Amino acid sequence: MPAVQETIDQVRSIDVDQYKYGFETVVEMEKAPKGLSEDVIRFISAKKGEPEWMLQWRLDAYKRWLTMQEPDWARVSYDKIDYNDIYYYAAPKKNQAPKSLDEVDPEILRTYEKLGIPLREQEILAGVEPERRVAVDAVFDSVSVATTFKAELAKAGVIFMPISEAIREYPDLVRQYLGTVVPVTDNFFATLNSAVFTDGSFVYIPPGVRCPMELSTYFRINEKNTGQFERTLIIADKGSYVSYLEGCTAPKRDENQLHAAVVELIALDDAEIKYSTVQNWYPGDAEGRGGIYNFVTKRGDCRGRNSVITWTQVETGSAITWKYPSCILRGDNSRGEFYSIAVSNGMQQVDSGTKMIHLGKNTTSRIISKGIAAGKSENTYRGLVSAHRKATGARNFTNCDSLLIGNECGAHTVPYIESKNATAVFEHEATTSKISEDQMFYCQQRGLSDEEATALIVNGFVKDVLQQLPMEFAVEAQKLISISLEGSVG
Amino acid sequence: MLEIKNLVVQIEDKRILNGLNLTVNNGEVAAIMGPNGSGKSTLSYVIAGKEDYEVLDGEILLDGENVLEMGPDERAVAGVFLAFQYPLEIPGVASMTFLKAALNAHRRARGEGELTTPDFIKRVNATATQLEIPKDMLKRALNVGFSGGEKKRMEILQMALLEPSFCILDETDSGLDIDALRIVSEGVNALRSPDRSFLVITHYQRLLNYIVPDSVHVMSAGRIVKSGGKELAIELEANGYADYRESEAA
Repeated sequence: MPAVQETIDQVRSIDVDQYKYGFETVVEMEKAPKGLSEDVIRFISAKKGEPEWMLQWRLDAYKRWLTMQEPDWARVSYDKIDYNDIYYYAAPKKNQAPKSLDEVDPEILRTYEKLGIPLREQEILAGVEPERRVAVDAVFDSVSVATTFKAELAKAGVIFMPISEAIREYPDLVRQYLGTVVPVTDNFFATLNSAVFTDGSFVYIPPGVRCPMELSTYFRINEKNTGQFERTLIIADKGSYVSYLEGCTAPKRDENQLHAAVVELIALDDAEIKYSTVQNWYPGDAEGRGGIYNFVTKRGDCRGRNSVITWTQVETGSAITWKYPSCILRGDNSRGEFYSIAVSNGMQQVDSGTKMIHLGKNTTSRIISKGIAAGKSENTYRGLVSAHRKATGARNFTNCDSLLIGNECGAHTVPYIESKNATAVFEHEATTSKISEDQMFYCQQRGLSDEEATALIVNGFVKDVLQQLPMEFAVEAQKLISISLEGSVG
Repeated sequence: MLEIKNLVVQIEDKRILNGLNLTVNNGEVAAIMGPNGSGKSTLSYVIAGKEDYEVLDGEILLDGENVLEMGPDERAVAGVFLAFQYPLEIPGVASMTFLKAALNAHRRARGEGELTTPDFIKRVNATATQLEIPKDMLKRALNVGFSGGEKKRMEILQMALLEPSFCILDETDSGLDIDALRIVSEGVNALRSPDRSFLVITHYQRLLNYIVPDSVHVMSAGRIVKSGGKELAIELEANGYADYRESEAA
C-alpha cells in the first residue's frame, strides 16, 4: 500500500510533463559518419578493437540485410525509416576506455544520478543490505560507460561486462554462443543489429553458481538522430542461476529514434535465467511527435534439460513497441515463462507478445499478459505457442487480459497455436474489460481521487505480473504504470 | 445536519427529482420509502456526487456547506458515506488494501498522519469481528465472489472505519437473509450517535424493525409527499403505496 501512496505522490509531482527522463546531457560526442555502409561497420569494429572474425560476422550480416524487407505484419504504422539518415555510432569523447569511474565524464555520471542509477559502488553500498545489491552496466548511446561490482562478481566466477570488452577478453566464449539463439539471418531488425551493434552486456554464470546479486543494464539514448543497437548475451551454465534487469530511457525529441536490440539467453542443464525489463523509452508527445521505435528481438534458448527462462516485462515507453521475448524449449522438462504488462497512452502503438516453441519432451510454458490501453493508443498482444512433433507432453497455459481506459483506444489479441503432437495440452484464456465509471465512482465515494482510484484499479489488474518482478523493481514499475496513465481518466 | 432544498435533477433529459425538500438533523435516522422509480436511488447518488446526474436547481447543504460544488471524493472526506445497493468489485485489490487506501485518504484530508500497519489492522479486526467478517475475507479481492450478505457487511465495515457524519444506506436490506439483516442492522445501530445522521432508503418496513428511524418520509415522483414518525412505515406496510402513486399522476 505505501507503494500506491508513492505512486500518487509521484503522479502529483508531475504536472503537464509526464516523462521525467526527457532531459538531455550535453557532452562532446564522437560519431561515425551518418548512414550505413561497409565503411561505417569497419569504423565501429575498429573503434571496438574487434578481432577479424567479428568484423567478418558483421559484414556478412550487412550483406544479408541489404537483401531483406522490413516486416509489415505488425499492427503498427509509421513513416518509412531512412536508414541512411541515422548515426550508427555515437560515444562520449572523454570516454575512451575508462579504467575507473574517475575517468568517466562527470556529466555522464550526473546523468545516471538523475536517472536514479548510482554508479559508484560505495554509494550503492551505503545503506543497502548485501543481498539487495544490484550490479549495473551503464550503456550511454553506443558505449558502456561503467560496470559496477565487476571485481566482486569475478570472485564468484561470474563474468559481467560490456559485450565489446567480452569480445576482446573472452572471444571463444562469445563466438561459441553469439548468434546461436537469434541467428544473423533471423529478421530484418536482428540482422541490422548484427551488422551494427555497438554495445550491450555480456553475462556468463559458471556451472553451479548462483549469481550473488541482481545484474542490470541501464540503456540511455542521448544523442539525436542516433540509433541504439545493443546486443546482450547471457549464458547460464549447468545448474546456475541469474536474475537480470534491463532499464531504458531517452530524452524528449521531436524526431523518432530507432532502437533495435538483440538479446540472447542460453540456459544449459538445470540452469535458470530470470530476465526482467522495465522499458520506459520516450513515448513521444500527445500528438504522436517523436518517441522511440523499439524494434527488439529477444529470445531465450532452454538448451539444457530442466532449464528455466522467465521473461518479465513492464512496457510503458516508446512510440512503437515491436517485441516478442520468446523461449525455445529444447531441453526435456524445460520451462518458459512470459509475464508482461504493456501500457499504452497518447498515440503509442504496442505490438508485443511472446513465442513458446516446444521442442523437448514434457516442456511447459506459461504466458500471462496484461495490456492496458488509454488515450488514442493501440495495444496488441501477439503470441505463438507451438509444439513440435517430438514434444510429447508439452503444456501451455496462456492468459491475456486487456483493460481499456476511455473510448478512443484499442486492444487486440492475436494468438497463434500450432500443435503437431497429439499429447500437447494448450490452454488459452482472454478477457477485455474497461474501468467502469461505476468502479471509479465507488472508489471516489470512499475518498480516493481520480488518480488514486485509477492507480488502485490498475494495480489490481496487473498484480499477477508485478509479483514476478524483483521487489524494488516492482515498486518502480508500479509508479511507472501510474505515471504513464496520468490524465487518462476523467 | 443535511438540508436539501428544492432539488431538481434530470438524467438524459428525464426529470427524476422534482423540487425535493428534506432535512436530516444531527443524530437523526431518517427513512425514505417509496415505490420503484420514485427517485430514491437517484437521491442517494446525487448526494454522493455521481456524475451522470444533472442538477437543474436547488442545493444540498452538509453542515451549511453546499456539497454540489464538491467532487465525489471531496464529499466523501467531508463526511458523506453511501452504502451501495450493489457494491462494486475491484479485482486484484485485497479488501484490506482498499480499506487502507480509503482510510488514509480520509486521514490526509483531516490533516492526520497515516495509521501504522499494526494500528490499522487492530482497528479493522475489531470492527470486522463485530460484523462477523472472517479474516480471510479481508485478504480476498474487494467484493469479488462475495455473497450478497458479505458485500453488505463490507459496506458497513467501511462505514465504521471511515466515521462519516452523514450515512446513506441505499436498500441495504435487499438480498439479505434474516441473519445477515440482523448483523448489518446491529452494525449500523452501533454507529448511531448524536453527531451522525442516517438516511435509510428502503422499500420495506422490515429493515426499520431493526434500524428504528426517528422520521419516515414517503417519496413519490421525485418529491417527499408525506413525512411522519416511525408509525408511518407501519401504515405503509399495511396499505401499500397506492395512495401516493396518485400524486405521481397529479
